[in-house]
This record gives sequence, C-alpha cells and structure tokens, in this order.
Amino acid sequence: MGKLLEAKDLTLGYPSGDVIKDLNFVVDSGDLVCVVGPNGAGKSTLIKGLLGLIKPRHGEIVYHNLVQKFIGYMPQETKVDANFPASVEEIVLSGTLNKSGWRPFYSDEQRQKASEALKALRISSLKDRHFSDLSGGQRQRVLLARALAATSKLLVLDEPSNNLDSSSRRDLYGNLKKLNQEKGLTIIMVTHDLDHKNLIGNKILSLRTKPYFYGSTEQYVQEVHRV
Amino acid sequence: MFSGMLSYQFMVNALISGLLISICAALIGAPLVLKRNSMIGDGLSHVAFGAFAIATVLNVAPVEFALPIVIIASFLILRLGENSKIHGDAAVALLSSSALAIGTFVISVTPGVNTDINSYLFGSILSIDHADVIMSVVLAIIVVALYILAYNKIFAITFDENFAKSIGVRTGWFNTIFAVLCSIVIVLGMRLVGSLLISSLIIFPTLIAERFSRSFRGVTIIAVVVSVLNFVVGLTLSYVLSAPTGATIVIVNLVALVSAVLTDRLIRHRD
Repeated sequence: MGKLLEAKDLTLGYPSGDVIKDLNFVVDSGDLVCVVGPNGAGKSTLIKGLLGLIKPRHGEIVYHNLVQKFIGYMPQETKVDANFPASVEEIVLSGTLNKSGWRPFYSDEQRQKASEALKALRISSLKDRHFSDLSGGQRQRVLLARALAATSKLLVLDEPSNNLDSSSRRDLYGNLKKLNQEKGLTIIMVTHDLDHKNLIGNKILSLRTKPYFYGSTEQYVQEVHRV
Repeated sequence: MFSGMLSYQFMVNALISGLLISICAALIGAPLVLKRNSMIGDGLSHVAFGAFAIATVLNVAPVEFALPIVIIASFLILRLGENSKIHGDAAVALLSSSALAIGTFVISVTPGVNTDINSYLFGSILSIDHADVIMSVVLAIIVVALYILAYNKIFAITFDENFAKSIGVRTGWFNTIFAVLCSIVIVLGMRLVGSLLISSLIIFPTLIAERFSRSFRGVTIIAVVVSVLNFVVGLTLSYVLSAPTGATIVIVNLVALVSAVLTDRLIRHRD
C-alpha cells in the first residue's frame, strides 16, 4: 500500500516544555492506528502536530501523496459548542472548504462531497436539522461527516468515543471499520478506551512509556499482558 | 414626524451613519458573541474612551487618534485569548477599567479642557459630522463585501476554529481583519451611543436573533434586521421623547430581547 505519513524524531510541545520527544512511526495507507496513553502523555498534542496547528520543535512529519489541509479532523465532541446555531448541512459543507481556494461559494462538487459524507454515515435525513437539536451521538456523527467531507485519504479523530453510551460507541466503531475497509481510508484515532476488544485498529501507538511503543495491535496486547 | 425629524441635518447624519453602523455591528457581533468573545467589544469601547479623552487633551482629531490605538488594543486582546496562561477575561476587565480611569483622569487634571465627558461615555448625535458619515459608508461596504465573499469561511472559523485552521482556512488573517473592523465599528459607533453603550449594539442583535433561528445564516440575517429596526425605533423615540439617543436605542434592544426570550419560552412551553 505504501507510506502515507511518517514522523521522524518528532518533538512537539509548547513554550513551557516538550510534551512528545523523539517520536518515530510510519503510517501506511489503509492503516487504522489507535493512539493510547494517559492524560498529559501528549495525545492531543500529537494530533495538533499532525494537523499543522503547532509546528514541530524538532524533527518532522513527512506526508506522502497527502497535503496537510486534506486531512479530515474530528475534534472531541465536547470541544464544540452544542448550542451553536448551525444546520447540519452548514457544518458538513464547511468540511469541503479546503477545496475552495479563493472561490466565495460552494461548488456542485463540494455539495456532492458533503452529501456523500452524510450518506456514508447514514445521516442524510438529518441534513436540515439543527445541531443543537441533536443527541450527543448524532452530533458526533455530524462532526465525523464533516471530517469525511474534508478528506479522501486520512481521518484523524480525537477521542471519538468519549461521552458515548455503549450502543453509540459500537455504532461509531462499526462506521470507522467500514470507512477503513470499504473506502480504504487511513484512520488515526486517539482513544481513552483501553478495553482490548475496542482497540479496533491494526496498529497501536502508545505514549504511555518511553521509549514509545508502536507496532501491531496483537503485539501490544501481548506486551501489556506480559507485564 | 419623520419629516420633522429629518429637517435637521444632524439627524440625517445620525440616521445614515447609525443605520450603516447598526448593520456592521450586527455582522461583526455575530462571530464575537457565538465564540463567547463579547467581552472584547466591551474592552475595546473603554479603550476608545481613553483614547478620545487623550485626543481631546492633546487637541488632535479624536477619531483619527483613537482608531490606531483601539486597533492595537484589539490585537493585544486577541493575543491574550491565544495565550491560555493569562486569564483572558480578567485581562480585558483590567484593560477596560484602566482605560476608563486614564481617560477620566487626564481630562479632569488638564486645565482649560471643558469637554463634556458625558458625550464620550453616552454619545452625542450632534457630534456626527459629514466625515463620520463617509467613514460609515466605506466601513459598511467593506464589512458587507467581506461577509458575502467569505461567509462560508467566517462560519467555519466561528463554529470550530481549530478545524477551520486544519483544512487550510487562514484563521489568523481573518481574526486580524475582524479585530480591525470591530475597532472601527466601536470608534464610529461610540460617537453615536457612547463608549459605555456601544458594545450593546454589537451583542444584543445576535442574542435576539438566536431566539428566532438555529442556523448560522438565519442568526446572521435576523441580527442585521433586528439591529437596523431597533436603531430606527430607538432614534425616533429619542427624538420624540427628547431622550438621550444611545440610552434609548439600548433600552429598545433590551425590550426586544426580553420579549424575544419570553415569546421563545411561551412557544416551547406549549410544545
């Protein structure tokens, strides 16, 4: 499948200090990577780095056949104001802004991309609903649809299963697996969910201990059990 | 009544300038209020008062003097917002009261200055001249054009700035433009309703519009309509009642908000 992105000796942090130090990993096209680690280990910082919201303090992130602004990002649901006045359509369409350039209005192609994203997550019927009227699980899907509208290659998700009841969580994981297997989307997902059967990816990046662990999910489960 | 009101040139100036500023204030206010940054408008208006006071003491043109100072202050406040180490709201509050204190102080201790501080604090429609009208026209053209051309990006930034940045929207650039435009709205609007009241022109319309629509497009359009209506009603009422213009406009807005909230409650209760 080939490399999609790689981190080389990546150090990320803030003026107050480094959060992630000398991190190396390679994500191949078609991977589903779960990023695990306790609070403060740098999971969200890593995401900011991948999205270009913060610059590496050392080392680099190299993208292969991928432009940073075409990464589809889904923030934690709680980071978005649930009472914000916006229709589902307005939100999902905004995911396609990376195709706008200087054009002021959405093109037919962008509208098409947004409606495909809604269809893929089976929420086309919510299109004209308002964000504030939706349940937490529905809001999550809308944010995932927006991320999907932004990309055809890589989804980056920040704790997507937070605040979801177990059935919405199953639903979400089902959707992610489908996107990964049927549409061939690469997914990098930060998760709090340490239940092994919920480590749905083929690879794990663990920021728990240094040196960082990066390898297959089976390998990770074995190592954790050995300790 | 209108013809009587409009037989005065200063009323015509106030009407034109006020209508345009109302439109701009509503448009600039929507993202500020929805991003929970309303305090910025309030902080800047106090800085504008301080700058007007200093301009008076130095005997220079107040608008031209105040504008760059308020713009610089708006950049500072934006920076504070980005730096999570400092409490943004506390810093804005400090800036507000300090600017107010400095303004009052310099005017009071400078001999020979007999400007009525009240007209800076509460506005004076008599002070709106031809130059203000022209500046309002230019400002309105810029703000409306920006909204039409960049509406989708403004939505994306207001709803979720990190996401917008991640897909390549130049959020820093937009934040800067908004800070500058917000400063101009405040400096111009302050002549009309005064520095203590101008932030309400920015905040009320969006709060009222949120009761009537739950989409961003709806809130934006309704906010503009509400802002213009409330201004016209307020200006007319103040003329009829010989009441201070700024205070009357704010009270009209307050009444509109309270009615909107009550209507909203009533409708939801019935459902």
